[in-house]
Amino acid sequence: MNPQLTENVIQVTYLIATVLFILSLKWLSAPTTARRGVRAGELGMLLAIAGTLLHPGIIDYKWIAIALVLGAFIGVPLGFVHMTAVPQRTALSHAFGALCVTLVGTAEFYLRTPDVPRFTMSVLSMEVILGALTFTGSLMAAGKLQEVLPQRPITYRGQNFVNLSLLAIAVGIAVYLVLHPGAKQLFPLIVGIPLVFGVMMIIPIGGADMPTVISLLNSYAGLSAAAMGFVLDSKLLIIAGALDGSSGFILSVIMSKAMNRSFTNVLFGAFGQVQPSAAAGHEARTVRTATAEEAATILGAANAVVIVPGYGMAVAQAQHKVRELYDALTKRGVDVKFAIHPVAGRMPGHMNVLLAEADIPYDRLMDMETINPEFPQVDVALVIGANDVTNPAARTDQSSPIYGMPILDVDKARTVMVIKRSMNPGFAGIDNDLYYLDKTLMLFGDAKAFVGNIVRELAGGGHA
Amino acid sequence: MNSDLITNLYVFVLAGFIGFEVIRRVSPLLHTPLMSLTNALDAIAVVGAIVLVGEAKSKLSTILGTIAVIAATSNAVGGFLITDRMLKMFKSSNPKKP
Repeated sequence: MNPQLTENVIQVTYLIATVLFILSLKWLSAPTTARRGVRAGELGMLLAIAGTLLHPGIIDYKWIAIALVLGAFIGVPLGFVHMTAVPQRTALSHAFGALCVTLVGTAEFYLRTPDVPRFTMSVLSMEVILGALTFTGSLMAAGKLQEVLPQRPITYRGQNFVNLSLLAIAVGIAVYLVLHPGAKQLFPLIVGIPLVFGVMMIIPIGGADMPTVISLLNSYAGLSAAAMGFVLDSKLLIIAGALDGSSGFILSVIMSKAMNRSFTNVLFGAFGQVQPSAAAGHEARTVRTATAEEAATILGAANAVVIVPGYGMAVAQAQHKVRELYDALTKRGVDVKFAIHPVAGRMPGHMNVLLAEADIPYDRLMDMETINPEFPQVDVALVIGANDVTNPAARTDQSSPIYGMPILDVDKARTVMVIKRSMNPGFAGIDNDLYYLDKTLMLFGDAKAFVGNIVRELAGGGHA
Repeated sequence: MNSDLITNLYVFVLAGFIGFEVIRRVSPLLHTPLMSLTNALDAIAVVGAIVLVGEAKSKLSTILGTIAVIAATSNAVGGFLITDRMLKMFKSSNPKKP
């Protein structure tokens, strides 16, 4: 094939890949077409790789083949992790993506120095700075999610000053390199400092902020890939990076809105350090409790039940028992829905995946805006392993640290049941007024065991 | 700034808008698969890494490029696999209409 024709063929495969990528995201918008979206993405990826292999500059295929095979070997087990481990898997894949971008950027610099045009050097600096901090930041996030690192935020005096100084130094060196691209002894610094910054950035962030952090890291990973596209003059990469970047950005906005916090507050706020004074002095308050038998009677007699699952349900591995409860109630003609708070789980949408895995139909899973107006007509709201997202103090108590956070209006249901291990407060360390309402019944016990008992009572209820 | 550069900036900005408009429509139900899918698509960075390895311009670029291809390929393979696994689980309670 003559070189011009080859070049055209490559560009056409890239163009088709771009179209397929955009269609892929478009089809993902609804569950009915979503799997077609995955097919489109896969096809686009294969086409783009096939096109790239025709590249006339490639003189040696040995290492490419080895790397592709090795990558596939690592990728397959990462595609089969348990659904509860999806957040850490996602963080890990942000890290891999960022690693790829950082390494390519580094190699490109050493190939091109000292003749690097200013613009190229600027985007190249952005590529490696963003890539390096996303790499270590995502590894840290994955470690916290996998609980190999402590989940509690770690803070010290002057933390923000130290972190911002690190970043400022890296950016300063990058500016110098843009002006003097021959100073290659400085280049390791704009990789090394952001690597340290990535670690420092995640140290003060607690487990409950992970949905926002993962989304932000997603956005960074996308932007660094787009920067790489500028360096390599590849429109395909620029577009894929821009798509990924805007996706991460949108999700970060949704997540921080759902927690009523700004990005800066998530990154520099260290939420776990807030010590609310309001928590003291409430020990004397009494709660009403109920047994599984009583709960089953009330649930069985209800017309409309909304189940509010939180991360505690996933920790207790109770989702399959919850499905049995859903089946038992549905069989009796009870209308059962699930209310999903945007930050339920450890990453955006995680709770939906966990419930879908337990075979709960997706049209029963309601987002916050849809379900909140329905609560006054609900007979029983059953809260399993959720706490702060149901706390009415977020609506009413201006002194509460979670004041202003959008919550599920569980307290408006006719009866509220809360399955909880003990009266210990949630991650924010805030007492929940919901538990002391007259309409609230506390069901103390392990979520999985308790739901199991309710199901048994419902099944036996007809014969006994 | 040359015209290639300007074109690339246009492409970036327009793709950002398309991404924003398309992704805004994705239901919160599917936000986890969305993130794993965009992650897999982002692995397209592999094309840059492949060229880097294949051109074999220096030992350093071959080594770094090889690691980069491994990282990106594992993202693509793992990302598409897990996205599809998740989406397979989402079932409607209404039986399929013809």
